[in-house]
Amino acid sequence: MEGLYSAPQVTSWLIPGQPLFWVIHVLGVVCFVYIVWKRLTPLLRAERDFRFDRPWARLGMVLKFWLGQWKHPRYRAAGTVHILIFAGFVVLAARAFSVLAAGISANFVMPGLSGRAGHTYDLVTDYAATLVFICMVMAITRRLVFKPARYAVPAKYGKGHPADAILLLVLIAVLMVADSLFAAAKAAGQLQLGQTAESLAVLSLPWMLKNALVPAQLFTLRHLYFGAYLVHQLTFYFLLCYRPFGIQFHVETSLFNVFFAKLERDALKPVKWGVTDEKLDQVKSFGVKNFEDFTWKHMLDFYSCADCGRCSDNCPSHAVGRPLSPRFFTIKARDYAFHHYPMFGAPNNEAPLVGNLYSEDELWSCTTCGACEEECPLLIEYIDKIVDLRRGMVDGGNVPQSLQKPLKALEDRGNPYGRMEKKRAEWANVPAFQQTCQVKTLDKSNGADTLFFVDSITSYDDRMQSIGRATAKILDHVGESFGILGAKEKDSGHEVRRFGEELLFAALRDHNVEAIKACGVRRIVTADPHAYNALKRDYKDLPPVEHISQVMARGVKTGKIKFRAVENKNDVYAYHDPCYLGRHNQIYDAPRDVLDAIPGLKRVEMNRSRDRSFCCGGGGLMLFYEPKEDQRIGVKRVEMAAEAGANVIVTACPFCLVNIEDAIKVAGLEGKMTVLDLVELVDQQIAREIPQAA
Amino acid sequence: MNVEILVCAKRVPDTSENEIALNGAGNDIERDDLVYSINESDNYAVEEALQIVAKVGGNVTVVTVGGEDDEEILRREMAMGANHGVLVTDDAFDGSDGRGIATILKAFVEKGRYDLILTGVQADDGAAQVGGMLAAMLDYPFASLVNSIEVLDGKKLKISREIEGGNKEMNEIDLPCVLSIQTGINEPRYVGMRGIRQVASVPIPTRGAADLGVDPGTVGEKAAKVKRVDYFVPVVGKGAEMLRGSREENIDRVVELVAAKGGLK
Repeated sequence: MEGLYSAPQVTSWLIPGQPLFWVIHVLGVVCFVYIVWKRLTPLLRAERDFRFDRPWARLGMVLKFWLGQWKHPRYRAAGTVHILIFAGFVVLAARAFSVLAAGISANFVMPGLSGRAGHTYDLVTDYAATLVFICMVMAITRRLVFKPARYAVPAKYGKGHPADAILLLVLIAVLMVADSLFAAAKAAGQLQLGQTAESLAVLSLPWMLKNALVPAQLFTLRHLYFGAYLVHQLTFYFLLCYRPFGIQFHVETSLFNVFFAKLERDALKPVKWGVTDEKLDQVKSFGVKNFEDFTWKHMLDFYSCADCGRCSDNCPSHAVGRPLSPRFFTIKARDYAFHHYPMFGAPNNEAPLVGNLYSEDELWSCTTCGACEEECPLLIEYIDKIVDLRRGMVDGGNVPQSLQKPLKALEDRGNPYGRMEKKRAEWANVPAFQQTCQVKTLDKSNGADTLFFVDSITSYDDRMQSIGRATAKILDHVGESFGILGAKEKDSGHEVRRFGEELLFAALRDHNVEAIKACGVRRIVTADPHAYNALKRDYKDLPPVEHISQVMARGVKTGKIKFRAVENKNDVYAYHDPCYLGRHNQIYDAPRDVLDAIPGLKRVEMNRSRDRSFCCGGGGLMLFYEPKEDQRIGVKRVEMAAEAGANVIVTACPFCLVNIEDAIKVAGLEGKMTVLDLVELVDQQIAREIPQAA
Repeated sequence: MNVEILVCAKRVPDTSENEIALNGAGNDIERDDLVYSINESDNYAVEEALQIVAKVGGNVTVVTVGGEDDEEILRREMAMGANHGVLVTDDAFDGSDGRGIATILKAFVEKGRYDLILTGVQADDGAAQVGGMLAAMLDYPFASLVNSIEVLDGKKLKISREIEGGNKEMNEIDLPCVLSIQTGINEPRYVGMRGIRQVASVPIPTRGAADLGVDPGTVGEKAAKVKRVDYFVPVVGKGAEMLRGSREENIDRVVELVAAKGGLK
C-alpha cells in the first residue's frame, strides 16, 4: 500500500494515474502554447515600439507596480483583495508546479524546496491557498451582491459578461479547494496507514479538510486523492487556456506589460518610432488607421486590461456622458483583436478603425487629462493611442469643421483665433498696467535673463490677459530681468500636437525654438501649464522652463514675496490642480505652498485633488470642439468645489480659468462661487512696500 | 462613368483671420498683413467635386484667374485631392470685372472638356456674378445656391437649391452645366501640413491670353464696365438691447422678441 500516496501509481476505476496525467499535461501545454501563439500574431504584425532600453529601470517598474501592486490601494477594498490574491498566487506558483509534477513523478521536489525550506514553504502555501479561497468568496460576493457601479456595462458598449467573471473566480476557488483536498486526502490516508503524515498548517483549508477526512475509509480517500489531483489538473489547464479569452489574461501578460511600460510617462509617442523629424516627410501614412498601425505594446495593453473600470471611473469625459470610456476603448480593441485574429483560420482585417470600432466623437472627446493612466494598475497607456488615432484622422482629412478653422488660423497666424501677429503683445499696452510694469520685447539687441512665454490664450483673450499682466508684475517684483517674444511668439502647439496635427505642431515648434534661441535667454517662465508642458517635453534644446507657481513658491521661501492678509476672512479657497501642471508634471506643492503663505487664507482640498484631480474640460483646441455631452465637465468640477465647502476656486492655468468661469455661470453659482488664477490672487495680495521697522 | 469636373476658385482675404480696415486713401482695404485663403464656398465646391468623383469616377481640375500668389490655393486644393490645378494668368487680365473673368474662364473651358463646372456661390469679396455669366457665355444650363448633387446618369444631375426660408427646391439639370455651390453642402475635409508639403513642389501649369485665345481687348481694366469707385465701412449702429430684468423676465422677453421676428412658430 506504500504506493498509494504517490499520485502516478494511483489507479482509480481502473484508470492508471500516470498515463492519464501525462496526456492531460501534454494537451494542456500544447493548447496553451497554440493559443498564446495565436494571440501573438497581431503583435508580430504591429508597428514597432522601443521598449527594450534601460532594463534596470524596467525592473524597478516591475518591483513597484507588479510585485509591489503600487496602484492597487487607490481603491481600498478591491485593491486590498487584489493584493491578497496576487500575493497568494505568487506564493502558490511553485506549489502549483510541484503538484502538477507530482502526477508524473512521485519523487519530484522543486529545487530549493527540499527538507526544512520545503516544509516551511508547504505551511505558508497552506495559508496562501486558504487566503486566496477566502478572497475568491469575497470577490464573488462583491460581484453578486454589491455589484459596484463601475463594473456595469452601458448598453451602448454591448453586453457585459458578469457570468464569465464569476466563472473564473469560481474556478480559482475550485483550484484552491482541489489543491487543499489533494494534500488533505494524502495526509489523512497516511495517518490511517500509521505513516508519518506531512503536517498541515493549523486552521488552513487543507488542515480543516484533513480533520474532516480522518474518519473516512481508505478506499474513499484513495479516490478523493486521485479525484482531487484530476480536478486540480483539469481546472489548472482550463484556466490557463481560457484566460487568454478574457479579462484574466492579465495574469499572464501583466508582468510583461509592466516591464515594457513607458518609462517617460509624460512624453508623447513620436509619429513612428525610429523615424526622426527630418524624415517624417517620407512616412507613408500617419497615425493609427487600421488595427495593425498600433504598436505591439499597445496591443499588449489591450490584452492586459483586467476590465476593472478604474480608468472610466476617473475619466471626466465619461463622467459627463461624452461618447468615450477608456475602459471600453480598450475592451473594444481587445475584442477586435480576438475577432479578427481568430483561433482557427486566417486573420481578417479590412475595415479602418475610425467609423467602425471607434466613432470620431469618441476620439475627439478625450481631454488628454491623464486620469485614466494615473489610475491603471497595469500601466495601460491611453493618451498615445488616442493621439495616434487622431493623427490618422488628421492625415485622412477627417477633422471636425469646428477644429478646422482654428487649425488653419494657427497655420496662418500662429494662434487659433486668427488674430494679427502684431497684436500679440497688446495685453501689455494697457496704460494703468504700463505705469507699474514695462514689458520689453526681446530681440538680439534687447536681451534679458528670462523669457516670459505667454502663449496664445493669455495674449489674446481679454479675460486671460490679466494672467499675463499679473505674471509680469510678479516677475518684476521678484527682480527678474525678463521680456517677451511679442509678435515673434507663436502658439506653443501643445494641443495641435495632441489633436494629431504633428507637422503643424513641428512648424510652430521650430519657429518658436528659433525665436527663443535668437533672444539668448537663460531660462523660460510661463503661466500656462500647456505651454510649460510643450516647452519642457515636446521641444528640445531649450533653456530650463519653469511654471510661474514655482517662481512664486521660491519667492515666498526666500522672502522676496510677502503677503497682506486676505480681506474677507470668511472666504474658503480650494486649489484646482490643472492636469498639465499636476498629473503630467507633478507640480502639486508649489501652488499650495504659495496659497498657504497668504495670512488668513482658509484652504480646503476637494475630494478629487492632486493626482486624482478632475479635469476642467480641456484646454487649447478643446475649447473649439463641440462635444456631445450631458453636462459640462467644468460644471461637475465646480460642484465638487462647492461640496468641499469652498467659495473661491484658485487654479493655475488660463484654460482652467475659462472653463471654470463658464461653468460657474452654467451652474447658476454666480455670486456664490468665484474663480481666479493663482497669479491674480498673488498679484492682489502681494505686499509691495517692505514694512519699515517702527 | 467618368465625370470631368472643373472648379473655378478664388483666393480672398480670410474674413475670420483678418481685421478688415480701410486704407488711408479710403479706396481699398488695408492689404498689408492680410492672410488669404481659398474662398469658402469654392472650397465646398472642390469637396463636392471630390465626393462626386469618388462615387462615379472622373477628374477634378481647379482653376483660378490671378497671379503667382494665387498658386497657394491651387496647391491646397490639390492637397485635398484635386487632380489638377491650373493658374490662368496674364498681365492683360489685371483689373477685369466679373464679365472679364467669365470671358477668360469661358475660353479656358473651351480648351478642355468638362462635364460639370462648379463655382462657389459667391466670393467673400465678390458679387456672385461669374458663375451665371460663364454659363450664359457657354450657353450651358445654370443653377445657383446648390446644396446637394446626385448624379443620375451620364447626362443628368439631380440637384437641390436653397430657397428663401431654408426650404429646398429639387431640380434636374442636363450636363454639361454650371452650378454655384452653397456652403454647407458637405463637410470639406481637412488639409493638413503634411498634405500641403506633399504637393509643394508639383509644377502648376499656367495659361495666358495667347494660350486661351482671349482677345486682350475684351478683358482687363480697360474692358471693365463695372469699376469700384469707393469703399466704406458702415457706421456702427446703436448697441444691442440689454435686458436688465430678472432671469424669468428676461427669458419671457427673449421669447417675445424672437417670436416677433418670426423665429418661433
